[in-house]
Amino acid sequence: MAVLEKQYDIVVIGAGHAGCEAALAAARLGLETICFTVSVDSIALMPCNPNIGGTSKGHLVREIDALGGEMGKNIDASFIQSKMLNRSKGPAVHSLRAQADKSAYTRRMRTVMENTDHLTIKQAEVTELLVDHGVCTGVKTLGGAVYHAKAVVLCTGVYLNARCIYGEVSNYTGPNGLQSATHLTDSLKEHGVQMVRFKTGTPARVDRRTVDFSKMEEQFGDERVVPFSFSTDPESVQIDQVSCWLTYTNEETHEIIRDNLDRSPLYSGMIHGTGPRYCPSIEDKVVRFADKNRHQVFLEPEGLYTNEMYIGGMSSSLPEDVQDAMYHTVPGLEHARIVRNAYAIEYDCINPIQLNASLEFKKIQNLFSGGQFNGSSGYEEAAAQGLIAGINACMKIMGKEALILDRSESYIGVLIDDLVTKETHEPYRMMTSRAEYRLLLRQDNADLRLRKYGYKVGLVDEETYQKLLEKERLIREEIERVDNTYVGVSQPVQKLLEGYGSTLLNSGSSLSELIRRPELNYQCLSSIDKNRPLLPEDVQEQVNINIKYDGYIKRQMKQVEQFKKMEGKKIPEDLDYQKVGSLRTEAIQKLEAYRPMNLGQASRISGVSPADLSVLMVYLESSANRK
Amino acid sequence: MAELFDDTIAAISTAMTASGIGIVRVSGPEAFQIADRVYKGKNGKKLSSQSANTIHYGWIRGEGEEILDEVLVMVMKAPHTYTGEHTVEIDCHGGVIAMRKILEQLLKNGARPAEPGEFTKRAFLNGRIDLSQAEAVMDIISAKNEYALQSSVKQLQGSVQKKIRSLRETLLYHIAFIESALDDPEHVSVDGYGEKLLPVIEKADEEILRLIASADKGQMIAEGIKTVIVGKPNAGKSSLLNVLSGEEKAIVTDIAGTTRDVVEETINVRGITLRLLDTAGIRESSNQVEQIGIQRAREHAQDADLILYVVDGSSELDQNDQEIMGLIRHKKSIVLLNKTDLELRISREELEKQTGSPVIAISARENQGIDRLEECIRDMFFQGELSFNDEVMITNIRHKHALEEASASLKMVVSSIADGLPEDFYTIDLMGAYEALGRILGEALGENLVNEIFSKFCTGK
Repeated sequence: MAVLEKQYDIVVIGAGHAGCEAALAAARLGLETICFTVSVDSIALMPCNPNIGGTSKGHLVREIDALGGEMGKNIDASFIQSKMLNRSKGPAVHSLRAQADKSAYTRRMRTVMENTDHLTIKQAEVTELLVDHGVCTGVKTLGGAVYHAKAVVLCTGVYLNARCIYGEVSNYTGPNGLQSATHLTDSLKEHGVQMVRFKTGTPARVDRRTVDFSKMEEQFGDERVVPFSFSTDPESVQIDQVSCWLTYTNEETHEIIRDNLDRSPLYSGMIHGTGPRYCPSIEDKVVRFADKNRHQVFLEPEGLYTNEMYIGGMSSSLPEDVQDAMYHTVPGLEHARIVRNAYAIEYDCINPIQLNASLEFKKIQNLFSGGQFNGSSGYEEAAAQGLIAGINACMKIMGKEALILDRSESYIGVLIDDLVTKETHEPYRMMTSRAEYRLLLRQDNADLRLRKYGYKVGLVDEETYQKLLEKERLIREEIERVDNTYVGVSQPVQKLLEGYGSTLLNSGSSLSELIRRPELNYQCLSSIDKNRPLLPEDVQEQVNINIKYDGYIKRQMKQVEQFKKMEGKKIPEDLDYQKVGSLRTEAIQKLEAYRPMNLGQASRISGVSPADLSVLMVYLESSANRK
Repeated sequence: MAELFDDTIAAISTAMTASGIGIVRVSGPEAFQIADRVYKGKNGKKLSSQSANTIHYGWIRGEGEEILDEVLVMVMKAPHTYTGEHTVEIDCHGGVIAMRKILEQLLKNGARPAEPGEFTKRAFLNGRIDLSQAEAVMDIISAKNEYALQSSVKQLQGSVQKKIRSLRETLLYHIAFIESALDDPEHVSVDGYGEKLLPVIEKADEEILRLIASADKGQMIAEGIKTVIVGKPNAGKSSLLNVLSGEEKAIVTDIAGTTRDVVEETINVRGITLRLLDTAGIRESSNQVEQIGIQRAREHAQDADLILYVVDGSSELDQNDQEIMGLIRHKKSIVLLNKTDLELRISREELEKQTGSPVIAISARENQGIDRLEECIRDMFFQGELSFNDEVMITNIRHKHALEEASASLKMVVSSIADGLPEDFYTIDLMGAYEALGRILGEALGENLVNEIFSKFCTGK
C-alpha cells in the first residue's frame, strides 16, 4: 500500500508551550521543521491558569527571552494585567506575573508559528517512533504517513493516554475534551523508554455575570508595567489593565468537602497518578491542613472577550453536584453559574533521569524531549525545556556542541539539572528556593547571563548582541566610577542623608558605602554625585543591585567557583562503575542508573557520598593519566 | 601548574598514644600564612619567609597569646612535599591535649579539618603518588570515611544528637516559612519576620555555643580508650565498673541479667582516660530486651580498644564463656578472674592458656586486685600496646568546627536582620547553619527544604 513519505530535519511532536519553542527555535535556525499537533486551533493553549510568570517562573520566561525564545514576547502582546511580585523583597525574588487573555495568547503564537519560514504545522496524531539501531529516524502518524527526520523532539504535554476525571466521570480525553494521543506510549515502551503516570488538576470556570464582586477584594495590576521581554519597548505595555478578585473559602465549604470525600476519585483510588504537592486540590488542602479555617480564592478573568473566570485555589475532582454546592459557599460565588467543571487529569510521562542534560535520551540518539512529558508542570517550565530541547536537536544534527546551562547561570539550568539528577515523584515545579545561587540568577539580569548563549546558537541577532555588550560596558564603568567617587561632610550631603533618615557622616565616604545603607540606593544619591552620566534605567538598576548587595554577591560567586570546578570534571559516558574499586554498592547502583556527566552532577545524586566522590576523582585521574 | 585545591587542610598525623611527640600537619596554598598566624619563632622570623626544607624552633600561641606548646616546625614547599602542596609540619611535645589545641588554633585561623584520607587524596591528585597506587588510595579513602562516618554518628552522645536534630528542625521550619512566603507572596506574608526570627536565632546560637563548650570538655563525643567490660551474667561486671569509677553507677544485684543496656563512664586510671562501658551479660536468652542488650554488648566489644573480660571464678567455664573467648580472640584484652573471695573452680593458668591474654585475679566486691589491674592497663599503654582510635578526637574537632561554622552563619543572619535586609537574605545563612549542623549528623541536604515547605505550609494554586 502506498503511504505518504516526507523528509524533514526536525520533527516536533506537540504544539503546546514546549512544542512551540522547540519548533520556532529549529525553524529560526534554518532547519526544515514540522510540528505535529492534535488540533491546530489549540496551539499554545493555556488549559489551566490564565497567567504567565509568577515566582521563579517569571525568571524562566526572562531566560527564555534572553536565549531568543518567544514566550516573553507573546505574553507582552497578550497580557491584560501585570504585577511584579515580591517587590518589597530582595531583587533575587522579584518575579513578574501577568494575566493573559488566553485566546489572544494562543492566537498570537499561532500567527508567529504560521509565519515562520521553514516551519510546517501539521494536524495529525503521531503514533510511532521510528528507531534504527538506537537512533531515532522519524515518526509515523495515525494515517500511516512516515516522516523521516534527523532528530525528533517529544513535547506531548499531558496528552499521552490522557484521562479527565471528576466524581465518577472519567473521559479518555486531553484537556478541554481535546483528543488524546493513545498510541505513542506503546511505541515508546517498545523502544525501552520507562513511562510513569502523573496527575494534575484544574478548577472550575464561572460566568462573571453571576459573580458578586462586592463581596470580594479587588486586586489591581502594577501602575508601571515591566515587560517580560528585553526587546519589548516598555512604553508599549502601559495598557488599561483588568482586575482580579480575592475571596475565601470557609468552614461551610470545608464541611461539604469533608462530607463528600468518599466520592472523590482521589480518595476512592480511582486516580492512580501522582499529583503535585504545590498545586493541591481544594480537597487535599482541607484534608492536609485541617487546622486552617479558610483558604484564599482568586477570581481571574480568562480574557477580555469572554465572561469566563478562573477560580484560582479551588481545583477539584469532586462530583459535579458537590462542586456546585462547594463553590456556592464562597462569598461572592453564591449564585455563580459554572461554565466548565473542575477536573483532574492523568497522563503518561517519562522518568526524566533517562535524559542527558541536553534533553536527549541517553539510550536513543537524536531523540529529545521537553515539557510536561519530562515530568515537569507549568507553562513556563515547559517552554524552557522545549527551547533547550529544540536548540539541542539542532546542535546535534549540525554537529555542534550542545547548549547545557548550569545551575550557577540560570534557572533553566537548575530546572533541567534537577529533572535529570533528582528522583522526581511528582510533577516538578520551579521554585526560587531550588536555586542555590539565586542572588546571581535574578530576573533583572537574565539578558546579561544568557544573551551570549542565544547569540552563540544563532537565535539572537548581531544588533541585539551588540546592545548587550554596550550595556555590560556601561554597567562595569559606572560601578567603577561610583566605587571611586567620594563625598565629604558637606551641607548638601548631610541634608540628603537627613532627608532619608540616614545617619550623618563624620568623615568622607565613598558613594558605594552610602548605597549599601538599607535606606539609600544609587538613584537617590544623584544630587550629590556631580559627575554622574545619564544612563538607561536598566543600567542604573544593575549598578544599584551590584553595589548594594556586593558582599552577598561576592560570597555566592566564590561558591560558584567551587561549583564550577566540580562541574568541570567530566565523567566518560561509558565508565564502568563496577570497575571502580572501593565505591559503595549503593553508589554504584545510583551512578549506573543516572550516568552523571561530571563530578558535580554526581555529587547531587542522593546516595553518592563525599567519599564516593573522592574515590571517583582518584579513579578518573588515574585512568586519564594512563591513556 | 594551577592549584587543584584552593583550601588549606590540617590534621593530627600521628597516632594518639601516650607518646609525648606528635605531628600536626597543614597542607594547601595558604599553609604558611595560616601557620604564621599561630607560630612565634624564637628568632622572630615568619615561616613564609623561610626557605624550603628548613626546621625552625618556636612556640604555638593560643587565642590569648598564651603558649600552647614548644615546637619544631618544618617548612616544605610545593611541589616537593608529600601532598605536592605547601606543607607545614608542627612537631609538638605536649602530648595529645597540646596537639589538639594546636589543631584547633589552626582551624580558627583559616584551615579546614582534613577529611579522612584527604592528605593521601591530594598527594595522588597532585601526582605525588604513583599511578599504580590508585587502588590503594581509593581503598584508604573509602575505608577511612566509612569508619569516620560510623564513629561520628555512633559516638555522638544521644542527648547531643537530639539537640542538634531539634536545632535543625527549628532552622528548617523558619527557612521553609520564609521560602513558602517568597514563593507564594499573595498567600503568605513574611513582612517584618525579622523581629520574630531574631529571638529564635539568638536562642539557637546560644545553644550552639553551649554545644561548642561541651565539645571542649569532651562531652560531645567521649574521648579516651574505649574499654568494654564483657562476661556472662552475674560475673561481676557492674561491680567492676563501680569499683573502678568509685561510684555506684551500675545497679548491682544477685539477679543474673540485671544490666540490660550499656552503662558508660569516663574514668581516669593512673593518668590514662578510659571510656568504660559496662554491658549486658552474654548468654542464651529468650527475653527480647535482654537479647537487644546482648547484641549491643557484642557490637561494642567489636570496636573496643581494650576488653576487660570478667570471669566468675566460682563456677565452671561453659558454652557462653567459649563464645566470649571467641569474641575477644583478636582484641587487646585483660581477663579478670573475679570472686576470689569465694572458692575458685577455674585456674589462672587454664584461663591464660585458653584466652592468650593476661589474667588477673580480683574480687570486685572486696576491692581486691584492682591495683594490679590498673598497673596492667598503665603498662600496656606506655608500652604502646594500647592506643585509642584517633578518629574519635578528630571527629570531635570536626564537629566543633561545624558548630562554629553554624554559629558564624547565625551571626550573619542576625546582622542581616539588623541591617534591615529583605527577608530572602536571611535564608542564605540560615541554610548555611542548617547544612553545617547536618554534617555532624552525616546528613545530606537532599529535598528536605522542598518537603518541609509542602508539608508545613499550604501554598499553591
